[in-house]
Amino acid sequence: MFKNETVIPVSTKIPDLVIEINNLSKGFAALQVLKNLSLKVFDGENLVVLGKSGSGKSVLIKCIVRLLNPDKGTITVLGENVNELKDKGLATLREKIGFLFQSGALYDSMTIKQNLEFPLRRIKKKLTTKERDEKIEEVLENVGLADTSHKMPSELSGGMRKRASLARTIVVDPIIMLYDEPTTGLDPVTSDGISALINDIQKKSQTSSIIITHDIECARATADRIIMLKDGEIYTEGNINDFENSTDEVIQSFFKQKA
Amino acid sequence: MKINTVAVKKQVIRLGEKTREVNIFFLGIGEFFLFARRMAKETFSLDFEFSEFLRQCFQIGYKTLPLISVTGLIMGLVLTIQSRPVLVDFGAVSMLPGMVALSIIREMGPVITALICAGKIGSGMGAELGSMKVSEQIDAMEVSSTHPIRFLVVTRVLAATLMVPILVLYADALGILGSWAGANLKESVTFVLFFSQAFRVVEFMDFLPAVIKTFFFGAVIGLVGCYKGYSAGYGTESVGKAANSAVVLASLLVIIVDLIAVQITDMLL
Repeated sequence: MFKNETVIPVSTKIPDLVIEINNLSKGFAALQVLKNLSLKVFDGENLVVLGKSGSGKSVLIKCIVRLLNPDKGTITVLGENVNELKDKGLATLREKIGFLFQSGALYDSMTIKQNLEFPLRRIKKKLTTKERDEKIEEVLENVGLADTSHKMPSELSGGMRKRASLARTIVVDPIIMLYDEPTTGLDPVTSDGISALINDIQKKSQTSSIIITHDIECARATADRIIMLKDGEIYTEGNINDFENSTDEVIQSFFKQKA
Repeated sequence: MKINTVAVKKQVIRLGEKTREVNIFFLGIGEFFLFARRMAKETFSLDFEFSEFLRQCFQIGYKTLPLISVTGLIMGLVLTIQSRPVLVDFGAVSMLPGMVALSIIREMGPVITALICAGKIGSGMGAELGSMKVSEQIDAMEVSSTHPIRFLVVTRVLAATLMVPILVLYADALGILGSWAGANLKESVTFVLFFSQAFRVVEFMDFLPAVIKTFFFGAVIGLVGCYKGYSAGYGTESVGKAANSAVVLASLLVIIVDLIAVQITDMLL
């Protein structure tokens, strides 16, 4: 089950491919961050990408939404070759992808409600003001921030900001979710809350997700399948039990360090 | 003759560095034009961000008013105080209102106001967009298909293009008012007499080219401020750099645009 073998989630039929990456390479000047990386994400699964800082995890998901252009390789998302899409096609595809940034990236000049309203107004143009308000209220309630709609991001704690950012991401009903270190910088209790939210979103909206993390607890709580990156390459692939029972030194050291 | 290989290597490295600097310079120009093209394309999209445009007009126009008021008033005052003794020597003190009005309307008002705006608006845009870039807010807009160029750049550039000419006209008016105050320091001149003398000299064709060029000043200030902020790096240091280089480049381009405008006006009139 390890090393370049794709583990298909337990199911009666082979699920549809949502993301397919083939031989992806990306470097910055002399530094090669991703080296011939290939992976698949299936419909409805949570794929956790584990790895130390600098192993290329964030670069990987930034290439998926074309925030970064790969040097080599192909990325196919929902049947579209991301690298070949024109502006309009890329915009349409991005509407189906939710991206949670490590920093939250809330618009600091807007209130929480305006933060959610911003993408909603532009993507779901047909919604009336009432429907929009109801949707925002519902999503904020789902992430446990019902009373914060009028607050500015600077008035919220780190965990609340993360949840608000998550709310902004899911308010437009994405099909795919990309989480860039969703629990980094949060205390264990808040981290558990975020992990539970990620599972909640997957169950309610049937999203497919890539969760970039080096938080083992988050991986344990959310992963259907795990990929470990090392030096820009896939080091190992499997489920959480495979990783925990592994005798491999690199995996062991990683798990022990986080235990 | 023995060749000093170390010295040659040093020269080659130095040449390489110079070439890289030149490459970066031309790359920067190319990126600026690509940015301007992208902005122009988004300007004519159907979903214009009107409320954000109005907010930017308020930010740029209204919030710059106090600074422009003081600058305009002092500009007219100083120009009058400095010019008066020379005109008295030539016995042409009656020409003072006209001369000051003409200098303010044609050149001093537009250029000084534009330079003040380059400092205030350009640096503000550079720092604001730069910090949005650093905190990944622009990336967040980009990946959520909410068209950050349309929302952040088009609105700011158009607001600057519209508001700078208005600020210039306002500064011109205050400049002439300051000039009247300056003239009254030495002798008593009525407001009506001063203005009638001033506008006896000024013609419509003095106003028109001066006003037209201020639209370009506004566009340049907005575009440079947004470009510098938008293309800032990901460190906090880059926010300061973006603000600083926005002011420097916008001021320089204002002077260059002014030079071109003066040349064109000179050829046509």
